[in-house]
Amino acid sequence: MAKPDHLQFFIDPSRCIGCQSCVQACTECDTHRGDSMIHVEYVARGLSTQTVPVVCMHCDQPTCAEVCPADAIKRTGDGVVQSARKPRCIACGNCVVACPFGVPELKLERQIMMKCDMCYDRTSVGKKPMCATVCPSQALFFGTREQIETLRPRSTPTNRFRFGRQTITTGVFVMVPKDGERAPFLDVTAAMELEPEVRASPPIRRIPGLELLSDPFAEIEV
Amino acid sequence: MSSEIDPRIDSPGREGLTGTASGNVYGPVVEREQITQPPDGTPDSAQPAWRRDFPIDWPQDQYVARRDFARFLVLTSLAFTVGQYWIALEQWWRQRRGQLPLRRLVALRDLQPGQVFTFSYPGEKDPCFLVRQRDGTLLAYGQKCTHLSCAVIPDPGQGVIRCPCHEGLFDLGSGRPIAGPPPRPLPRVKVDVRGGVVYATGIEERTS
Repeated sequence: MAKPDHLQFFIDPSRCIGCQSCVQACTECDTHRGDSMIHVEYVARGLSTQTVPVVCMHCDQPTCAEVCPADAIKRTGDGVVQSARKPRCIACGNCVVACPFGVPELKLERQIMMKCDMCYDRTSVGKKPMCATVCPSQALFFGTREQIETLRPRSTPTNRFRFGRQTITTGVFVMVPKDGERAPFLDVTAAMELEPEVRASPPIRRIPGLELLSDPFAEIEV
Repeated sequence: MSSEIDPRIDSPGREGLTGTASGNVYGPVVEREQITQPPDGTPDSAQPAWRRDFPIDWPQDQYVARRDFARFLVLTSLAFTVGQYWIALEQWWRQRRGQLPLRRLVALRDLQPGQVFTFSYPGEKDPCFLVRQRDGTLLAYGQKCTHLSCAVIPDPGQGVIRCPCHEGLFDLGSGRPIAGPPPRPLPRVKVDVRGGVVYATGIEERTS
């Protein structure tokens, strides 16, 4: 079995409310109980409560697999990049460093890399990934393209990203606003160089003498 | 198409998308052979050989070509053949290396029936013993137990060789283990009587 072609994964970061339901649902999965393969990241923690769910984007040219010295990361014919093969993975952590989305996680105590595989046990039989099943705001959506176009008339899915000089086409789509001129790809590096105030909405009102309103740990958070 | 879909989560026809349907509600899925493109975008023929040897795509990784399998068979059987010739060659070398030296052990008149004579053969660190049985036959074995190299003690009266360390028991007539942990027979020392003197002429290592 393989993931049906007409079902695709759509991430709508603007709908994420940071409830960590996906993290909990992923943690309860029997294939990797106790470890969540999805993580919810803060965009600019000191200035905004906006969060982003991060799942594996299942790149067409998986950087993690390209850098793997042990030939452990494989991609099935339906475009799903699988977790590291246990007999091959040497837990070197190359993929963790290389992935531009920061998806793979090194499990040092088990000497293996584990990553989101789009719940292959579920999607390969036509079910939704667990995180998309539980997401209350449908920031994680698994379905057909027609459905997402009907459900999100003001957004359009994109799957091309630019990190520095690397352009990546992914199997997972991210919803971006439809208005304005559409670039051929999302320039992530340029977006990260923007001032956080531009991205965060609405900005926190600064009170003179009370700078501690901003998160003192925002700089060191990973 | 988009206007036909009812976006509500529980509308009819959407059951498969709510995480409850089995896989067979969809049509068969085509397994593609290769979808990953190399980073530089050039065709497969322009790629280095290691990229074909270590493909990222699962179907390619699992695929074993008929030619690869034939190559594996040929090389493996070739290795076996070479190994057989190597064993024969080793045997030939071992025989060519020459016979062990002839060593005078003891005059036959100094060795009464039932007596034991100890000596070292062929080297200083290879203790052996010689037994003259009551019927006059001469038996000589290496003294190192084949279990853990303890010094074995012959008992001509009972017709056995005992190892005191772990109660190993060998048959005196053949040197084969009959009880206890020793796995192999004791090496037999070939003896020859020439002019009333016993000589050691060689060693016969046995595995069973």
